[in-house]
Amino acid sequence: MLLIKCPWCGARDQSEFSCHGEAHIARPENPAALDDAQWGDYVFFRSNPKGLHRERWMHAHGCRRWFNAARDTRSDRILATYKPFESPPKIKDQKSPAEKS
Amino acid sequence: MTQTRRLAEGGRVQRAKVIRFWFDDKKYEGHPGDTLASALLANGVTLVARSFKYHRPRGIFSAGAEEPNALVQLESGAHTEPNRRATEVELYDGLVARSQNCWPSLRFDFGAVNSRLSRILPAGFYYKTFMWPRAGWMFYEKFIRKAAGLGRAPKQSDPADYDKLHAHCDVLVVGGGPAGLQAACAAGASGARVILADERMEFGGSLPDIAPGDANIGGLPAGEWVARRVRELRRMEEVTLLPRTTVTGFYDGNFLTACERAGERFGPHHHGAKERLWKIRARRVVLACGAIERPLVFADNDRPGVMLAGALRAYINRFGVLPGRRILVLTNHNGGYRAALDAARAGAEVSVVDVRAAPSGATVEAARAAGISILAGHALSAVDYARGRIRGARAMELSEDGRAVHGEARALQCDLIAVSGGWTPAVHLFSQARGQLEYCDAQHCFVPLDASLPDDDARPACAGACRGSFRLAQCLAEGHAAGLAAAAALGFKSGNDAPDLTAAEMHDESDGSALRPLWILPCEHPIGAGPKKHFHELHNDATVADLALAAREGFDAVEHLKRYTTTGMGTDQGKTSNLNALAMLAELRGAPLGELRPPTFRPPYTPLTFGAVVGHERRDLFAQCRTTPMHEWHVKNGAVFEDVGDWKRPYYFPAQGEDMHAAVRRECLAARNAAVLLDASTLGKIDIRGEDAVKLLNMVYTNDWDSLAIGRCRYGLMLNEHGMVFDDGVTTRLGEHHFHMTTTTGGAARVLNHLEEWLQTEWPDCKAYCTSVTEQWAVASLSGPRSRDVLTALCDAPHEVARESFPFMSMREMRVAGIPARVFRVSFTGELAFEINVPARFGAALWRELMRAGEAHGICAYGTEAMHVLRAEKGFIIVGQDTDGSVTPLDLGMGRMISKSKKDFVGKRSLARSDTARAGRKQLVGLLSEDPARVLPEGSHVVEKWSRRRPLKMLGHVSSSYFSPNLGRSIALALVADGFRRKGETLEIAFPRGGHHRAQVAGTVFLDADGARARG
Repeated sequence: MLLIKCPWCGARDQSEFSCHGEAHIARPENPAALDDAQWGDYVFFRSNPKGLHRERWMHAHGCRRWFNAARDTRSDRILATYKPFESPPKIKDQKSPAEKS
Repeated sequence: MTQTRRLAEGGRVQRAKVIRFWFDDKKYEGHPGDTLASALLANGVTLVARSFKYHRPRGIFSAGAEEPNALVQLESGAHTEPNRRATEVELYDGLVARSQNCWPSLRFDFGAVNSRLSRILPAGFYYKTFMWPRAGWMFYEKFIRKAAGLGRAPKQSDPADYDKLHAHCDVLVVGGGPAGLQAACAAGASGARVILADERMEFGGSLPDIAPGDANIGGLPAGEWVARRVRELRRMEEVTLLPRTTVTGFYDGNFLTACERAGERFGPHHHGAKERLWKIRARRVVLACGAIERPLVFADNDRPGVMLAGALRAYINRFGVLPGRRILVLTNHNGGYRAALDAARAGAEVSVVDVRAAPSGATVEAARAAGISILAGHALSAVDYARGRIRGARAMELSEDGRAVHGEARALQCDLIAVSGGWTPAVHLFSQARGQLEYCDAQHCFVPLDASLPDDDARPACAGACRGSFRLAQCLAEGHAAGLAAAAALGFKSGNDAPDLTAAEMHDESDGSALRPLWILPCEHPIGAGPKKHFHELHNDATVADLALAAREGFDAVEHLKRYTTTGMGTDQGKTSNLNALAMLAELRGAPLGELRPPTFRPPYTPLTFGAVVGHERRDLFAQCRTTPMHEWHVKNGAVFEDVGDWKRPYYFPAQGEDMHAAVRRECLAARNAAVLLDASTLGKIDIRGEDAVKLLNMVYTNDWDSLAIGRCRYGLMLNEHGMVFDDGVTTRLGEHHFHMTTTTGGAARVLNHLEEWLQTEWPDCKAYCTSVTEQWAVASLSGPRSRDVLTALCDAPHEVARESFPFMSMREMRVAGIPARVFRVSFTGELAFEINVPARFGAALWRELMRAGEAHGICAYGTEAMHVLRAEKGFIIVGQDTDGSVTPLDLGMGRMISKSKKDFVGKRSLARSDTARAGRKQLVGLLSEDPARVLPEGSHVVEKWSRRRPLKMLGHVSSSYFSPNLGRSIALALVADGFRRKGETLEIAFPRGGHHRAQVAGTVFLDADGARARG
């Protein structure tokens, strides 16, 4: 169970949060202008990287605010959290030790 | 004197006090400080259990958490607990325990026939035997379940209290042996917040298990050193000492669970927590979990009286019990001789069988000097066992490669066999933390590979025997360093005075253990081919022959082998068996042991009780329950309740002698003929304010909100971005920039989250602010042709509720029975209706007044079932019942709800996707059964033509179905492919539990199609 730093409240137990998938996917300005494939891409398709993943989280049993987290999907460690519309912090995508060996 | 095996002196039990206990209905005596196991041994009880699969007689094998054999049923009735390790149960006065897995008795057990049948019960027996015919499993399972398992689960609710505690600390030290104690002292002295948890009743790890004079630390006898460290730790304010606490799980983010056996030692009638589950969030973790002794596997090595050598030392030195009089030690390294020396000193006649051809070193010399006979280069080839006891053993000379024995079998006199094949670091928690292991050739064991985990805060530090450092001086130094480093990394400064950690051990051998890596000892017949069994895993009754069979059948990958033979699985987690199984596998594969990767260890390290996991969250505290301000009235008036989300809602209100059917019928008829009252307080209510509130509504609802006048209400459909119906409800404009939104009862939280998600993540500039006011307003929904009469009686002036001044779909603020109220003229029954909202504290009063005023008009309260029938008569949908996340407004025939003029709203673009716009989608229609009395079961399949041949072509399913008292017939709603075009067609309805019926496709509105009644 992770300890997650809510950008508003500070570090809290994972059970207070809910995760809502990939972050930084803006709703298209003019949906009507998109063809089915482009719209389908926005609605349905998400990346599933092995390594650094920026995700949307919500402090559901706390301040109920949304924020973004950078998580390493290999180690399940959250490397940074930041508010929506903040530019994501730069994170060096380090290889996990298991892969090195 | 019943304790025939208790030594005259020595041990750490309180001899002055005698306590009584019962095992299998026989009374025994022991002392405080005993475990159930040590007390049984003191009383000369050797046979304590029957094994899992073959029902072989078993005795006490260890002195700790690794015990695979001595599992007992503790206490009886509601207090009973199965599968307790006798080695972990602290003795208390009046303790009652029974043996398990045997019938009619431990000595004579019918199940032991399995041992004779072992040839036809090999590994994988169940998979191979019970697979055919496929349907047969349903039949076999009953019998297998009966034979499976060991103890009996309690049939009554557990009356004991269980506690739960969340704790944060800077440094968690797991294990209170020399390394752990020193780590805790080092970290604690710096001022860091430290928790030290140890599974035993007293700290010191293995130090209390060795003879008092055998080790010194910093010039003090080991026992005194432990006592001083514990006193020192107790004085530190930020240090929490948790004895009797097993750390069972190591999860992500340095979150560990530990179970404290807080009150068990006071017996079942103790007031206070029996167990306490600690959920510990540690900034740093020091693992000092020690090591588990590894047995040697030889012919019939499971006999009662075969015991780990270290356990023998613990029983002699810690408990003052000498469990045998003629003790034979079987070992492959010098460490085994220490047990021999202890036993000889305690007065036993001792001999050693050593698999090494030429044992040497200080311990061996000491044993020789003590007159202990040593048989080198031999292995035990047989154990003579009869009537619960070992009567002797036979040894044969080992071949040079250790794969065979030859020569004459030598008979050896013994009644107890102590085995030692070296030590296995307890790497379970490190492995749970995703750490990997590497094989250490020098120590012949798997040790933690620190580099397999990222070098950051979360990486646990291992110290002492759990990382293969078996010498006392190493343990102390590593513990000290780990404690200091953990505290220093968190910014705690330690003093300069380094403690004196010089350690002197009797027969300290710097050349290490000089272990011969031979653990599976042959006998005169090939393993598995004769009557003798070699158990490498006692807990699950897995034999070396099973391993060979698994390898022959191709399951020779470690994780396959584990599952095929059950080695290392279940509650035991391979504590004493894993390395021996790997050694055997390595030999079968002809690969070096170090090339195998040990299986992953799973939490919990030792089993947790359900009680500890559940804690206080049982009965009334199991789940939260929400009730409305009118709840008390409902209870008093005999309401039957239904759970809707967390809410308790009245389901129906049976009058004297009424069943559900009769009550619902009466409530439904009253709704269309007189007046009825529903507690609608559970409806989700969201207060929306801000100058962009209309903009928000326009984006989240399908219809248009610009034109809504102040004081008017409008029904809205909310979609998700997939274009599917997500929620519905009526929203009212209270002011220019102020709206009151209602949602479904179950959807309240979901809708608020939905709004917040868009506002916070997509439209941060939208000036609209949402507040949940569900619990602030109590709502009584007054409905029926006489409802206006009822309300008139309670309001200040009749014109307030007159047809002309208070039109349908509008809201008025007024006083009802003197209570300030918002009254909404909206209807979910299709009748003239008023939803009266008052501040929650007036809810009960409002309800009483309405019922009183309605008496003259035949008012009755109604519940959710009648509500469902009434709305279905009108074809009003219930989101989540008539929709399932794949239904668009067009599928519901609600295309008129979609604004033509709005450029965009959530879900709009998806409605034009090729799949959502295609022909042949499932559409909501009404169904009229051929026999009007036949209610079609909800969930029934709608098919074109019914036949016995499968599969049938499915067209859809029945989503809502009721008997309508007002129409005098059954009605149903269904999602049917191309439903709108099928109106008038007759289709077949196939029931979930068999049977079928014909029904005609109709419109969804069964009553008052033009809606005149609601406008009344």
